[in-house]
Amino acid sequence: MPLTLFEKIWNRHVVSEFSDGRALIHIDRHVLQETTSWQAFDALRERGLPVRNPELTHSVIDHSVATHPGRTADSFPPTRDMILAMRRHCQEFGLRLYDIDSDRQGIVHVISPELGIAQPGCTLVCADSHTATSGGLGAWAWGIGTTQVLHVLATQMLLLRKPETMRVTFNGTPGRGVFAKDLILHLIGQHGVATGTGHVVEYAGPAIRALPVEGRLTVCNMSIEFGARAGLIAADDTTFQYLAGREFAPKGAAWDAALPEWRRLPSDDGALYHRELVVDCDAITPLVTWGNSPQDVIAIDGRIPAPDSFAEPDRRAMAERALRYMDLTPGTPIEGTPIDYAFIGSCTNARLSDLQEAASIARGRKVAPGVRALIVPGSTTVKREAEASGLDTIFRDAGFEWRESACSMCVAANGDMVPPGKRSISTTNRNFEGRQGPGSRTHLASPAMVAAAAVTGKITDVRRLLDAGEA
Amino acid sequence: MEKFTVLRGKAVPMMRANINTDDIIAAQAMMGKVERIGDRLFTGARYDSDGNERPEFILNQDRYRGSRILVAGANFGCGSSREAAVWALTGYGIRCVIAPSYGEIFHDNSYQNGLLPIILDEATVARIAAAIEGADEPVVTVDLERGEIRLPENGLVRFSIPEERRAALLAGMDELDILLTRGEALNSFQIRDRSERPWIWGA
Repeated sequence: MPLTLFEKIWNRHVVSEFSDGRALIHIDRHVLQETTSWQAFDALRERGLPVRNPELTHSVIDHSVATHPGRTADSFPPTRDMILAMRRHCQEFGLRLYDIDSDRQGIVHVISPELGIAQPGCTLVCADSHTATSGGLGAWAWGIGTTQVLHVLATQMLLLRKPETMRVTFNGTPGRGVFAKDLILHLIGQHGVATGTGHVVEYAGPAIRALPVEGRLTVCNMSIEFGARAGLIAADDTTFQYLAGREFAPKGAAWDAALPEWRRLPSDDGALYHRELVVDCDAITPLVTWGNSPQDVIAIDGRIPAPDSFAEPDRRAMAERALRYMDLTPGTPIEGTPIDYAFIGSCTNARLSDLQEAASIARGRKVAPGVRALIVPGSTTVKREAEASGLDTIFRDAGFEWRESACSMCVAANGDMVPPGKRSISTTNRNFEGRQGPGSRTHLASPAMVAAAAVTGKITDVRRLLDAGEA
Repeated sequence: MEKFTVLRGKAVPMMRANINTDDIIAAQAMMGKVERIGDRLFTGARYDSDGNERPEFILNQDRYRGSRILVAGANFGCGSSREAAVWALTGYGIRCVIAPSYGEIFHDNSYQNGLLPIILDEATVARIAAAIEGADEPVVTVDLERGEIRLPENGLVRFSIPEERRAALLAGMDELDILLTRGEALNSFQIRDRSERPWIWGA
């Protein structure tokens, strides 16, 4: 019987099956971050259990650490204890920790691919909902809760029911100024934030094949905003080239053993999915969100929708509330909305290629008066690579702040916040009420769109600046 | 895990769709070891910037204060993986949510903490909410043994959850205890896997 990519990975990881249909699934890679693991370590200690497989476990400090140059664990007092606890726990249980000053430090979902921790066909979990990012390499990667962190630390397994499968085929060719971020925002805008629930989503089709690995990571990253815990893309030569030589990627004989298995992973012809969707990329323009749900997506040349344009009562009520919260007027063009903050960062869009796209807009231009613009690289490696190619100079000259790597204004847990009532355009993944700080107003967009807004002071169609060339 | 058998208490209707985990507990409210995490439930909506209760928020009204059951719109608990969202609910005293659908990670986390997440169709959830709003006392009984929700004024709604989840809640059984009995299967899997997929093991 033809199998999907996901079914092949599932079958490979079944440790044992229960008569009620559940299965114990082996976890190949467990990645920990400091804000969701504390209680799991306490529980492990209380029960007198060791970590089953420290060699399959990696830990990093990313969510709660400050981003200004020279930062330490003391820089943001409210999270100091949590950072110190992470150090203590990793030492006590013999786990690798990529600490604040480590070359390997960065946002957990940026470093997992970057260090070669995530690999095609492996299972990877982390107590963070954007873990699906590593699905861009063909890994089955998903977010778990803290109790499940305890389960994996203690047993290297999770007890699961097999999810259903969905394939989303992206046909066509995205136009100018349209990026991986726009592809996934378009899908969520068309089908809503709950369509993926209960499914592992495979992104496929020519437009996905044409994406470099970093773009694939962006697409998979926002699977959870589509409702899906995991999203993945079949590995191919692009993936293998990306992985070769990375620190934890297989080398020599191990690489030679892995490659044939990786090549067998893509879904077989005729494999059946529980659900199929098709996206036409030719029709996608640069996108931006207007409301407080990632499904509140409009084209950059669109107008703020009126609540009664939604058929479902739920959507109408949400729109009314969002328009109030966001202080927007139905019928007005989204383009031209003035912004106060521009944030380029997060596991969604802070890899090197994202910074390059933003820099191509920022080069020779200035951040508009009254706008505060921040670049928070996805990892310390990304930061160093960007500096090696002079991107930091472009950003600094333009008036952007150039920061150390962390989650920063994506989750607003490290002191970096958008103040109440201020409007932000952001390369992150959630525009929820209060997400970037109490009372903050967030518009999601691609790095190029955020850079365009930073230099014009308002939400702007990035294609205008691309047409204008270098300023 | 605390057992769940029969729960009788106030029920609060919050019928907005897509109430997310940031709404349930904001990131800034869950950093570190939080004492009395239930006090931080729905932080943004419940308190003003000075920390005073907002009288318009439903759980701040005497009729619904101290609710044990929450009736919600679709996709409740969407968003982040933070188990603190469940801890904030149980810390407040809420042991059961009734909604048409849930964010998947929240749904899993609920079961791991003895919070019963009942799924019913939208019309039934709306009917339950209306019965609560219309009653003199918004008191509901959720009976997991019988699979019944008894509404304030004699209404009855049946529900079911996966049998393994029901058994675990009724017994107050932690999933980890099941996992720990499977050490032998795990050992054989890992021995075989080391030879079949040496690259996973750093070889």
